[in-house]
Amino acid sequence: MALDEGKDVKGGHDAREYDHEGEFRHVGTRPDRPDGVDKVTGRARFGADAYAPGMLHAAILRSPHAHARILKIDTSRAEALEGVKAVVTRADFASGLEGEDWNILENIMAGEKALYDGHAIAAVAATSKFIARDALELIEVEYEILPHVTDVDEAMQPGAPVIREGAAEPGVPEGMHPNVVRYHESGHGDVEAGFAEADLVIERHFTTEATHQGYIEPHACLAQMGPDGRGELWCTTQGHWNVQKLCAKLLGVEASAIRVTASEIGGGFGGKTTVFIEPVAMALARKTGRPVKLVMSREEVFRASGPTSSASMDVRIGMKKDGTMTAAEGTFRLQGGAFPYAPMEFTAMCAFACYDLKHVRQRGFDVMTNRPKQAAYRAPGSPMAAFAVESVVDELCQKLGLDPIEVRLKNAAREGTRASYGPTYPRIGLVETLEAARAHPHYCAPLGPNQGRGVSCGFWFNFGGETSVTLALSMDGTAQIAVGTPDIGGSRASMALMAAEELGIPYEDVRVTIADTASLGYNEISHGSRVTYASGLAVIKAARDAKRKLIARAADKWGIDPEAVEWRDGAAHPAGENAGDFEPLSIKEICAEMGATGGPIAGHYEATPEGAGVSFATHIVDAELDPETGKTTILRYTVVQDAGKAVHPSYVEGQFQGGAAQGIGWALNEEYIYGEDGRLQNPGFLDYRIPVASDLPMIDTVIVEVPNPGHPYGVRGVGETSICPPLAAVANAVSNAAGLRLRQLPMRPARILEALEAKADGEG
Amino acid sequence: MQYLKPASFEEAVAMAGEAHGDVRFLAGGTDLLVRMRMGRVPDVLIDLKHIPGARDIVCEGGGWRIGVAVPGAELTEHAGLRADWPGVVEAIGLIGSTQVQGRATPVGNLMNASPAADSVPALIAAGAEVEVLGPKGARRVAVGDIPTGPGQTSLAQGEVISALYLPPRGAHGGDAYQRFIPRTEMDIAVVGCAVSLSRDGDVITEARVALGAMAPTALMVEEAAAALEGTTLGGEALAALGEAASAAGEPIDDKRGTAKFRRHVAGVLARRVALVAYERAGGAK
Repeated sequence: MALDEGKDVKGGHDAREYDHEGEFRHVGTRPDRPDGVDKVTGRARFGADAYAPGMLHAAILRSPHAHARILKIDTSRAEALEGVKAVVTRADFASGLEGEDWNILENIMAGEKALYDGHAIAAVAATSKFIARDALELIEVEYEILPHVTDVDEAMQPGAPVIREGAAEPGVPEGMHPNVVRYHESGHGDVEAGFAEADLVIERHFTTEATHQGYIEPHACLAQMGPDGRGELWCTTQGHWNVQKLCAKLLGVEASAIRVTASEIGGGFGGKTTVFIEPVAMALARKTGRPVKLVMSREEVFRASGPTSSASMDVRIGMKKDGTMTAAEGTFRLQGGAFPYAPMEFTAMCAFACYDLKHVRQRGFDVMTNRPKQAAYRAPGSPMAAFAVESVVDELCQKLGLDPIEVRLKNAAREGTRASYGPTYPRIGLVETLEAARAHPHYCAPLGPNQGRGVSCGFWFNFGGETSVTLALSMDGTAQIAVGTPDIGGSRASMALMAAEELGIPYEDVRVTIADTASLGYNEISHGSRVTYASGLAVIKAARDAKRKLIARAADKWGIDPEAVEWRDGAAHPAGENAGDFEPLSIKEICAEMGATGGPIAGHYEATPEGAGVSFATHIVDAELDPETGKTTILRYTVVQDAGKAVHPSYVEGQFQGGAAQGIGWALNEEYIYGEDGRLQNPGFLDYRIPVASDLPMIDTVIVEVPNPGHPYGVRGVGETSICPPLAAVANAVSNAAGLRLRQLPMRPARILEALEAKADGEG
Repeated sequence: MQYLKPASFEEAVAMAGEAHGDVRFLAGGTDLLVRMRMGRVPDVLIDLKHIPGARDIVCEGGGWRIGVAVPGAELTEHAGLRADWPGVVEAIGLIGSTQVQGRATPVGNLMNASPAADSVPALIAAGAEVEVLGPKGARRVAVGDIPTGPGQTSLAQGEVISALYLPPRGAHGGDAYQRFIPRTEMDIAVVGCAVSLSRDGDVITEARVALGAMAPTALMVEEAAAALEGTTLGGEALAALGEAASAAGEPIDDKRGTAKFRRHVAGVLARRVALVAYERAGGAK
């Protein structure tokens, strides 16, 4: 979710939407996904699958330097190459932008300085990919190399190279380095008084490295813009209205000038919630008058899209002998690349959100470094917070001889708890996940030598956002839904299930399309675990709108009041004996006559739902350590998470497993490795090690359903919370297996081996 | 780029001799095609796959002749090779993925000349040789003499490898290969270790130990072999073996591991691999 959405509604909003009674007929079943056949047969069209007559191919010249002043760019030799149709630089984009719009422009095409290894400097459109690539070598750039910094703690030190003077927002404590651009502080109570009540206080330092979302499909788009200034853009994105808005701003045109269609998406996980290449392709299309295709290589994805922040954190927690947490405080420093808005306030706000604390305080620092502009990654900011906090909780349990689940249950946030970040929780499901975890056979299974078990909880806000849906009925009574949220997790199936539930028609009679930006009102990005919640709520409401219209037609026909008609089993029925004796009118019958009875029938819904319903999870993991090599094997993993209501349980389980898999990678081997020269050392999947299938056990899942008061069926978002606990859960498991605490991620083998050797030296 | 399809190795040599610019031989292509996709396209590509014999595995004088285009997938399913040289076969089987195995060849792995190549230490330990064909005729070269540094080989311009030879295994012999990677597959060896040995009863009569990723090329470690020979692989022998393996080469610090870590793991692997080879030499499957 975007950072400007830090409203106080998260979790605390009291939107009463839950109205479900009785059994579900469709919701909770597991039909095949509507997009399944296209995906397995190769018919699905992804970002790079678009072609247009006369299409040009684009390539981007990128800075080899981590930090350099751009003294001169000479594109004349490239422009003279046969086949080259245009070269664009910063001068081809809008001027006078401010705030985040300026940041995004600065990121997609450098201005006065190259700010990181991989920063775009210029772009070429040519008649072939090879000519475009050759042309890049003919662009002459004169750099003045500047000192650089890529580490968050080093960037805060006096004397660290300044990324951008004057970038700090008000509120940053005085005396901080200019690279510290934002500050957050929140909490309640008196932490020092709370620590004084504790029998044991533990304070520890933690670090995590930047990781990449690792989506399988690189960024890709096809842009066109005619001489009338009207353009079309096809791209892989989580939010095409946002792409439209940003491209319009960066090109200096009105939003309606660019119609954006979202392709099928090969993963995003937050990384496709912004723009990287789309405005560049549009600028080249505008300059050449020809369609321009631009596809990132994997190396470009690593160097110049948006990984997560890396973090440096200090957490202090006090506990009584009986396990009661008396106070907690944390300091969270995140670097988000050479731009502001590392999600440090989310880190701070999520850190202690699982616990009912009288005294709690959290601080966040947003720090700039010479790295690519961070982008959202599944619950941005929360996993690292959980890593630090849940590691300290685990250590406290260990030292006090307490069971880690019992302690968490004792302190767990519940309905009515004042959250660490402010609001009072409505009905939430943390306790239920802990109880289910405690009851799971995994929790009491025996462990062998060199094996350890880890437990962790995790929290994410979830989000609503602008949502617009249309449900159009066909003459034959089937339904066609247009939604504006790209399907990144099986949402078309969920939408169809919810529409089928409301209308009382078969799942197969509902077709769900991701509409383009010209077809619906503004739709917020598919992020913040919002799609099944917000688009789902909108589908339900649009179906109810359509149902009202169907009922009105039946009432008209029968000559009775619409209030005397009820809808069930896909047909209008007289509501009772007093309503009259009429044969039910099915949706097919009503729709067949729609033209003559008042015209087409469609349901609509446009709103910004605000009752997203926070989500909690508890994970259990067993790890085995090879003490001779430091290598970790994940033996068993169980995800327990509150889904509110699982609309399509298979895809809920898939989200649980996916988050756990990504979290395991983050914990064990994934990291951005920068050399002394400030260049990324591992921009490829060979040395950026996401887990492969054989690295993971089958991840077991338990769906807990504590209804969200803010959704008609009780749905809570599930996509993000699943990545919050794994870093800590795996670290706790490995620490318990190793007999020492590991507080730096990733826990690559060499790091574990060093810790083991240091421990052996200490004991010897 | 010019694509050529010779009918014999002699013709391939002739084609290479007449060609200008960057000349590459294509067998499995699993390294070459990746490079070409990255823009490093050679001027002349000579495809060896269609030369008669290039895809054959032949038992010859008790040993094996393996064609240059035989992919890993065929080698790892070959019962005779698996029985004689299980270590070589398991090393080849570790290259890439199941899909890559359908194309990747051990000679390609050798000519790619990566210090971390999986099959090379196993081939060195096995005493494998290749036949090199050039304008001046044919010669047999030990596998260990082919790579001269990362991406560099001892082959002269216009020379091509025409076959890989594994010697007769002999009675009571066994070999094994293991590598260390942070994951379980699809990765590059941080350290690789191969051991081939022969037993007379419980006593090791002859041993060869080779390490990968510990030096610019895969390395024969004579001291490690010496630590094994004449022993029954007891604790002392294993300790001496580990120390010799750890002391070998000149490992570097890089993104895949530190020199210190590589030295440590080389010792661990050498001990583990020797135990497997010893069991196999004793008749274990």
